[in-house]
Amino acid sequence: MVKTAATQPALKPLSLHIDHLNHGYEAQGAMRPVLDDVSFDVAPGEFVALLGPSGCGKSTLLRLIAGLEAPLSGTIEADGREITGPGPDRIVMFQDPTLYPWRTVEENVALGLDIHKKRDPKIVRDALHLVGLEKDATSWPHQLSGGMAQRVALARALVNNPRMLILDEPLGKLDSLTRLTMQGEIRRFWQQQGFSALMVTHDVEEALLLATRVLVFSPRPARIVSDQPIELSAEQRHRDDPHVIALRRAILEQLGHRNDW
Amino acid sequence: MSRVTTHETTHSSVKDMVWRWGAGPCWGVAAFLTWWLPDGDDFPDTTLLAGLFLACGVVLLILAALKRLRYWAPWSAVLGLGLGAWEVAQAKFLLLPRPFFGTPQDLLDVFLTDWKRLGDSLLHSLLLLLIGYGIGACVGIVVGMALGRSLRFRYWVRPIMRVIGPLPPVALLPLAFVIMPSTRLAGEALMALSAGFPVAVLTWSGVAAVDPAYYDVARTMGAKDRFLVLRVALPAATPQIFVGLFMGLGASFSMLVVAEMLGVKSGLGFYMQWAQGWAAYPNMYAALLVMALMCTSLMTLLFKLRDYVLRWQKDGLKW
Ligand SMILES: Nc1ncnc2c1ncn2[C@@H]1O[C@H](COP(=O)(O)OP(=O)(O)OP(=O)(O)O)[C@@H](O)[C@H]1O
Ligand SMILES: [Mg+2]
Repeated sequence: MVKTAATQPALKPLSLHIDHLNHGYEAQGAMRPVLDDVSFDVAPGEFVALLGPSGCGKSTLLRLIAGLEAPLSGTIEADGREITGPGPDRIVMFQDPTLYPWRTVEENVALGLDIHKKRDPKIVRDALHLVGLEKDATSWPHQLSGGMAQRVALARALVNNPRMLILDEPLGKLDSLTRLTMQGEIRRFWQQQGFSALMVTHDVEEALLLATRVLVFSPRPARIVSDQPIELSAEQRHRDDPHVIALRRAILEQLGHRNDW
Repeated sequence: MSRVTTHETTHSSVKDMVWRWGAGPCWGVAAFLTWWLPDGDDFPDTTLLAGLFLACGVVLLILAALKRLRYWAPWSAVLGLGLGAWEVAQAKFLLLPRPFFGTPQDLLDVFLTDWKRLGDSLLHSLLLLLIGYGIGACVGIVVGMALGRSLRFRYWVRPIMRVIGPLPPVALLPLAFVIMPSTRLAGEALMALSAGFPVAVLTWSGVAAVDPAYYDVARTMGAKDRFLVLRVALPAATPQIFVGLFMGLGASFSMLVVAEMLGVKSGLGFYMQWAQGWAAYPNMYAALLVMALMCTSLMTLLFKLRDYVLRWQKDGLKW
C-alpha cells in the first residue's frame, strides 16, 4: 500500500501542559479516584504513547484532554490556554469506533468536514485509501467487521487535519498483519503532517515503533510511573532490533510484568 | 437428498401450475354462473358484472401465460370463487336477509352511479387526514426532540403531556366542536393531536436513547448544538420516530372516522353515516371498501418511506 500525498496543508502542532490533574467518578456513593496528580507536557510535534493496565484511567485522561469532561482539579493548557471544551484542534479517535449507522462509510469519514461545511470528496477518498477501505466507501457500518469499523474511525479522525491527534487504542481490533500496515500508515501520516499525537495502546511494541516518548501509568488511580523518550532511528524501529527488545522488557517490568515470555 | 429435493420441486411446480392456470377459469366459472342463473330479484348490472368477472378471468389467463402470475395465484383463484359464491348465494337464491346483505351487483351499481360523490368524499377525507396528520407528525417530532434535549422544555411540557396524552382524543370532540370556529378545523386539530402524541412520545424516547458517544464524536470535531440536534439526534432517533408515525397514523384514522360521523359534513365517514340513515347499505359497503383501500394505501406509503429512510438498518418488518 503506497499512500497519500498531503491533501491538506500541515498546521502548527499543538503543545500541551498538564498540571496536577486529579479526577474521579462517583461510584456507590463514594468518590472513586481515577487520575492521581498527573502532570506532564507534550511538546509540539511529539508522539506520546500512553501505556497502563486496563481500567487505570487512560481513556479518562484522553476525555479530559479532549475537553469532553472537566477535571476535578488541576489544569490542562493547550498552547498556553486552558481547555474549556472540545475543539477541532484536538481530534479524538475513540476506543469504540462509534460510527453513525445511518451514514455510509464515506459519509462517516466526511463527518468532520460536514460539521464545518467543507465536504471534499478528494480528502475523503485519500483517507479511505490510507486505511485501505476505498472499495467499501458506500457500505453501511453494519456491513463492516470490527477491524474495518476501527479503520473507518481512524480515517474519520485523520480527515480533520488536527493539530493534535488523540488515539485511544486505534488498532486494538485489527489482526496482526493489518495492524503492521496501519502502524506504518499512522507513522507516515504523522511524519508528513507533523501534528502532535497522544496514543493509548496495550501493545508495548506498537508504542516503541511509533512514539517518540512513552508514559507508563500505574493501576487505578493512574499515576505516572515512568516517562521516557524513545530515541531510536528509523532503522532501529523494528521489532527485532535489540534496542526495541531491551526497551520492551524494561517497560513491561514497569507495567508489573516480570517474567517476560 | 438431491433426489428428494427434485421430487419436491416437481411436485410443487405441478401445484404452482394448477394455481396459475386455475385462477382465470375460477373467474370464468363465476362469470358463467352470474350470466346463466336467473336473478332472484330485480338487480341492476347483472350482465355487466358477468362481463367484469370474465374480463378478470381473461386478464389472469394472460398473466399466467406471461408467467407474471405466481405469488398471488392462489389468492386470485379463491377471490374469484368467493365472489362467485357470494353472487350465487345472494343474487340468485337470496339466502341472506336483505337489505343488510347486498349483492355484488348492488355494490357495482353504487360505484357506477355514485362514483362522483364517493370520489369527492374520498378527497375530503384524504385532505382532512393529511393536513391533520401532517401537522401532528411535524409538531410531534419537534416537541419530542425538545423533550429529549431541553431540560426547561421538559419541565414545563411533560406534566401537560402526562395529563392530556392518555386521554383518547375522541373525548375532546364535543369540546373541540364548541371552541373551534368550524367543525372542519376542530377535526383537523383533534387529528393533529391524536397523531402528535404518539409521535412526540416516541421521538422523545428515541432521542433519550441516543448513545452519548455519538455526541462526543461530533463535539470533538467542533459540532455545535444545531448539528447535534439535526444531524445526530434526529437520524439516530428515526427508527423510534417511525414507530410513532405508524401509531399516529392509526390513531388519526379512527379520529377521522369519528370526526366525520359526528360533525364534519363531508368525507367517507359522513357518507357512511348518511348511507346508514337512508338504509342504503350497498353505499355503506362501497364507502367501507374505499376507506379500507385508502387506509392500506397510506400505510403502504408510510412503510415505503420508512424502508427508504431506514435503509441503513439491517432488517425491517415487511408490510
Ligand atoms: N462515566 C464513568 N462513571 C463512572 N466510572 C467511570 C466512568 N468512566 C470511567 N470510569 C471508571 O474509571 C476507571 C478508568 O476508566 P478508563 O476508561 O479511563 O480506563 P482505561 O485505562 O481506558 O482502560 P482500558 O485500557 O481497559 O480501556 C474505570 O475503573 C472505570 O470504571
Ligand atoms: Mg480505555
